Amino acid sequence: MPRVVKSREEFEGEVYESLVLVEGKDLPVPRAGTEFVEIAHSRRRIDGPQRVTGRARYTQDIYLPGMLHVRVLRSPYPRARVRRIDTKKAEALPGVRGVLHRFNAPKASFRGEETIFREEVRFVGDEVAAIAADDEQTAVDALRLIEVDYELLPHVVDLEEAIGDMAPRLETDGNVAEAATHKRGDAKRGLREADFVVDATYRTSTQLHNSLETHGAVATWDGEQLTVYESTQHVFGVRQGLRTALKLPFSKIRVLCDYMGGGFGSKGGVGKYSIIASLFTMQLGRPARCVLTRDEENLAAGNRSATLQQLRVGGKGGRITALEHTSWANVGQGKWVANPTGPTNTLYDIANLSSKSYKVVTNAGSLSAFRAPGYVEGTFALESAIDELADKMGVDPLVLRRKHAASPKDPMVGKRYSDKHLIECYRIGAAEIGWQRRRRSGGIRGSAPHRRRGIGMATQIWGGGGGPPAYATVHVNSDGTVVLTTGTQDIGTGTRTVLAQICADELGVELDDVQVRLGDTDNPYGPISAGSLTVASVGPAVRIAARDAREQLLGAAAGVLETPMAELRLEGGVVVTKGARTPLSEILTKVDNNTVIGKGARHPNDPDLSLRTFGAHFAEVEVDVRTGEITVEHVVAVHDIGRIVNPTTARSQVEGGVLQALGFALSEERFVDRATGRVMNGNLENYKVPTVKDVPAKITVKFVDRPDRRANNLGIKGLGEPPIIPTAAAIANAVANATGARVRHAPLTRARVLEALAIAGAKS
Amino acid sequence: MAARGPNISNVPLTSARRVVLRGPGATELALTVNGQAVTVQVPPRRTLLDTLREALALTGTKKVCDEGTCGACTVLVDGRAIYSCMTLAVTCEGKRVETIEGLAKDGELHPVQRAFIDADAFQCGFCTPGQIMSIVALLRETPAPTEDDVRRAVAGNLCRCGAYPNIVSAGVNAGKRKR
Repeated sequence: MPRVVKSREEFEGEVYESLVLVEGKDLPVPRAGTEFVEIAHSRRRIDGPQRVTGRARYTQDIYLPGMLHVRVLRSPYPRARVRRIDTKKAEALPGVRGVLHRFNAPKASFRGEETIFREEVRFVGDEVAAIAADDEQTAVDALRLIEVDYELLPHVVDLEEAIGDMAPRLETDGNVAEAATHKRGDAKRGLREADFVVDATYRTSTQLHNSLETHGAVATWDGEQLTVYESTQHVFGVRQGLRTALKLPFSKIRVLCDYMGGGFGSKGGVGKYSIIASLFTMQLGRPARCVLTRDEENLAAGNRSATLQQLRVGGKGGRITALEHTSWANVGQGKWVANPTGPTNTLYDIANLSSKSYKVVTNAGSLSAFRAPGYVEGTFALESAIDELADKMGVDPLVLRRKHAASPKDPMVGKRYSDKHLIECYRIGAAEIGWQRRRRSGGIRGSAPHRRRGIGMATQIWGGGGGPPAYATVHVNSDGTVVLTTGTQDIGTGTRTVLAQICADELGVELDDVQVRLGDTDNPYGPISAGSLTVASVGPAVRIAARDAREQLLGAAAGVLETPMAELRLEGGVVVTKGARTPLSEILTKVDNNTVIGKGARHPNDPDLSLRTFGAHFAEVEVDVRTGEITVEHVVAVHDIGRIVNPTTARSQVEGGVLQALGFALSEERFVDRATGRVMNGNLENYKVPTVKDVPAKITVKFVDRPDRRANNLGIKGLGEPPIIPTAAAIANAVANATGARVRHAPLTRARVLEALAIAGAKS
Repeated sequence: MAARGPNISNVPLTSARRVVLRGPGATELALTVNGQAVTVQVPPRRTLLDTLREALALTGTKKVCDEGTCGACTVLVDGRAIYSCMTLAVTCEGKRVETIEGLAKDGELHPVQRAFIDADAFQCGFCTPGQIMSIVALLRETPAPTEDDVRRAVAGNLCRCGAYPNIVSAGVNAGKRKR
């Protein structure tokens, strides 16, 4: 019988308590030393052939008969009132089938507002109107024929300007709102009593996701059922959003995402494009496709907030005595804010601590979650400041960290960690990078006299424990093949492969015989692919479903073979008894047509434990002191994320995280013109994502690889976000070690490095 | 090249050169795609990328930037790797176009495709067709490429998941394989 239980889950740094529906009992964690057949073994991605042949169908590849192409007219102004819209000329263009704007669109709730076309547009890129036409070029042509009267209003796009007194007030309560605070001990006193104090301001720039597949949806209405193909990290979240917007019951909405071309946090829920496509298909009776262009993607599809962060860190007697952290984040028109003080609150056991996080609204596109939102920005500031303090105190920064990193308790909530091997990460990383070669200051000579070489490191803490709700079913066909079904998505992390491994292992069949169906709201509920929680949430449910199916199969085998069930095993799709081996298919074909269905639900987390992942990155860099160019020579990434299910995909995930972090650290930065509010580099030409030539000469990936036995029935945790968190700080610390110049603004562009070198030179 | 259809005219430009004018509406375009002769109707301003994806239903070639900055739409035209979003379809009259869909033969993957799977050289897979086509073009000229050769070949192919190290390995390994 299903029953309701309490659970406690962490998501993107916040903890939630919830009631979840589960059935039966959880499975025990496999004993230490268990020999797995699939789990813990490197396996090729099972969807590899689809992806390398172009057969994998992404949302962008869905072309339905009679499909309309939708394009959106976006505000060219950062803040304006839409007074009048004239669409006569646009509608007269042959091939144009529909127009939507604020004067004719039906009501549709979206993030607390009752319309998707606002009267007051609030950023360059805000939706003003949409056109549906027979082909895309006609829709583009028609957009140019729409006439709009805008009444311009005062705007502000810059974070620091928006905080100031001179900025226009965008909200009745002002532009700045307190979002999170934490306090323990007495930070003021701790700072007063410290022998050394670092008081520094750090900045991080706005980073754009630039998932290669832009946001988009294809919607089709058959008069009864709305089917939406969407490039999303959460099909169930999109369904919820469509239900709210369109007032349709869940039973009439189906959302699908089979393959998706990257999300990195930005594709967490329904987008205006999917509501617009849905409105058109319901109005016009033809499928409608609304896929953003690259330019639109960089205006209206989210970003990592720029931040301004103040840190005060005090030290005495070789220890950190106090820490104060205040952060302001530019959320644009976003309704929430990520928390850059998250790592400050939880990473180190520091007695006196005070943190405050503010959200600042501006006339820029909304933030959205971007791979470890808040933690990437916050860790850059925190871990830079810790190094600055170590330098002032004349102690090794790794030694200083070790003193505060060993606690088995979460210092913020006071609960025990389910598991923690951070000190082990430090040990492995230091050995791999050759930490003993690091000079205290000034670095060493690089490959030329004007090139200085240095080593730095930084720590990461993140959630990734996952939790309920997550469900899976395992269908075994009478030919012995298996279909594993769950509602979650594979956003490129290898979810399909890893879940198939877990299923094959527990069930006792060959990996090749397992098909995985996911990304569909007709499947059992699966969680958002975000927060590094997919595998730790769904994996344990898959295991239970596979166990359930296996027991049913062995029951069937016992009947057919007339052997007691206790004497049967299922291995590689073969039922093994003392004397004989019978293929599963042979057994199942001896009975009439049948389907064996195993069911599994994710059981709750222990509410008395804090589930976290830990890690440390070490970087060795060379800095050209004439040009300010940083060359990252070697990055060592060490992570403690429980048991590794697939070493190959895990390694790829870490390398990818390091490279995306390299962009944040060195080159990625959105520029918005203050006067016009326009994004000046919303394209892949001028917004610099790393290319193959930016890859460090060496990336070393290491895992502690010990199952977290208190986390879930597999001892696994997530890995999506941890590898992007500490890289930028490790590089900044290595640059400071190499040159004595402290760059406090990410990305560490050449201009900023040269400026810091000049300041360091002036000081010495 | 002979004039075909009412919308195409051969206009003498100079005595030495002739240029084919097309349009203003859609005109017929004949080309070879993955070894098959095809004829499609294309408006003059339609790119090769949109023609492949929409008229020929070859959606393996991806649209990421549509302005020649990412390499996701890379296909081979007469053996050369090009950005199909920067190529007007009408310029491909009579040319030989190869896309990701044409690599596997008789159900067997191309060595570069196999090398990508073996080296885990993709995550979301959206840039993968473009990366593979760039390396296929490289291998025809440089059958045993070095890491640097591969890097140069895919320098114009962005991968946001950061699979680059494995892409480079896949390129080098593919060179070591025999078809």
